[in-house]
Amino acid sequence: MSDASDITTAPATAPVVPDAAVQVSGVDKIFTGKKKATVTALESIDLTVAPGEFVSLIGPSGCGKSTLLRLIADLDTPSTGTVTVFGKTARQARIDQEYGIAFQQAGLLPWRTVTGNIELPLELHGVGGAARKARVSELLALVGLSDFAESYPDQLSGGMQQRVAIARALAESPRLLLMDEPFGALDEMTRERMQTELVRITGETGAAVVFVTHSIPEAVYLSNRVVVMSPRPGRIRDVLTVSLGTAQERTEELRENEAFFENVSKVRELLHGEAPVGIRGVETR
Amino acid sequence: MSERSRAGSSGPRTNQTAKRIAFGVGGVVLLVAIWELYKALGPATGVVVGDLTILPRTTDLAMPHVWDMIGRLFEPTGGGRDAMPVWLAVVQASVFSLGVAAVGWVVGVVVGLLLAILMQRFRTAESAVLPWIILSQTVPLIAIAPLVRRWGSQLEFGDFSWENWMSVAVIASYLAFFPVSIGALRGLNSPDTIHVELFRSYGVGWWKTLFVLRLPASVPYLLPALRLAAANAVIGTVVAEVSIGLRGGIGRMIIEYAQQASGDPAKTWAPIFGAVAVGLVAAGFIALLGVLLRRYRRGEVPA
Repeated sequence: MSDASDITTAPATAPVVPDAAVQVSGVDKIFTGKKKATVTALESIDLTVAPGEFVSLIGPSGCGKSTLLRLIADLDTPSTGTVTVFGKTARQARIDQEYGIAFQQAGLLPWRTVTGNIELPLELHGVGGAARKARVSELLALVGLSDFAESYPDQLSGGMQQRVAIARALAESPRLLLMDEPFGALDEMTRERMQTELVRITGETGAAVVFVTHSIPEAVYLSNRVVVMSPRPGRIRDVLTVSLGTAQERTEELRENEAFFENVSKVRELLHGEAPVGIRGVETR
Repeated sequence: MSERSRAGSSGPRTNQTAKRIAFGVGGVVLLVAIWELYKALGPATGVVVGDLTILPRTTDLAMPHVWDMIGRLFEPTGGGRDAMPVWLAVVQASVFSLGVAAVGWVVGVVVGLLLAILMQRFRTAESAVLPWIILSQTVPLIAIAPLVRRWGSQLEFGDFSWENWMSVAVIASYLAFFPVSIGALRGLNSPDTIHVELFRSYGVGWWKTLFVLRLPASVPYLLPALRLAAANAVIGTVVAEVSIGLRGGIGRMIIEYAQQASGDPAKTWAPIFGAVAVGLVAAGFIALLGVLLRRYRRGEVPA
């Protein structure tokens, strides 16, 4: 399904690509709460994601990283600015099924088997039975759950459920994957294994990924670029290009790699901003 | 975890079923024992505190022996030439009432579901309709029975003419729709935000979301509601038969036999057994429905 051109690792720098997977320009998002109190969740966000590129959004809680993902997914609309996905409006892209999405919770339907859950989007969009069956067995092999095709979600561990959710997100071979802390609820070991698998899967499918996380090593390990955000109002503080090689080159050993640690420290510094002045446990307010 | 839950479903479950049946039978036996024990040992005039009788007289007239009640079932209904045995009369009346109750239940479930779907779809409908639904249940059944009958009798088009049993079914449905609409509304609103957003991300419309997500998710809420609706439909049928004066059902039979109680006390109990049987059949039907829908009840905590 994936064309070869998509498998190339992302460009080191991210210029404005004409056919960008995601193009966010000048986006603000203001929530109006009760009594007309407003919260600025995002302010002047500009971001471009190239096809096949893996971009992580990282930042402390409340920096609007999930909100940004939701804007791209058209689960919310920006207050100002535009979001385009493969040159279409976010809404059109959602209707055209340009992206697959996975959340922190697997969100499987408990009354459907693993197979039933993975084929859900295909079924909803009227794909025929035979084609569905073929695609599901492909995806089951991809996420390593072929033996669990007829299991129900409550019979699976958290990591397996999340793998089903990823398979479901990949069901329609989207060119863009949106993931909102998909491994956030998993234990550390499962988490690392899932990361390795995700790198492999995105390498194989050539899909672009926008990945929300608050784990620095996770962001560095997975991404071509790490977008560091700051809270109140949510802004992009900096973008770090991580050059740790292609998906094929990123193996378990990478976690021990010096370049990996360097990048981790860089992201950490960016996250904490300039020198941590005034943070001495003294309440200055 | 999977192994445990799977292993736990075969062996201990049959054991549990046997236990439950034993408890059920035990309960009935206990009830009979208490009845007969009190009848044998209690004072003939009943237990009276001051002027107040707090326990009934133990005479055969007030408390016939259990075996007399059962024995009476196999004797003829009356002195007539071709009088049928009581049990057959009771069964016929029970089947009739059950049929009417079933019609009432189906109508009630359909109406309740439609109301719930309407309320789920439109927030304004919820605030407009829900108070009326709750209010509807405060109207006493006795008050609406004659009204329904009168309105019904004015309906006539073509070959169709309103019959009294239809009035009874309408009243049964009037009681049945209430738990269904409330339970179904909760059930339809039960999917997590994440599921709703997932369906939104698939770009599918409200109807598809209803059938693929909301209705399946509502089953655990719907089943108790359907059970309540079945009980309500049976009660509604029995009571409405009395207040509308419909012949042939168990409700009318209870009144008829009660009038003969002074001469034939054991006979009074026959239609009561019939009413209990109707209730049991209705409950059994819902249990069967629950088994058929068990796929949608995974994760439901057994009550």
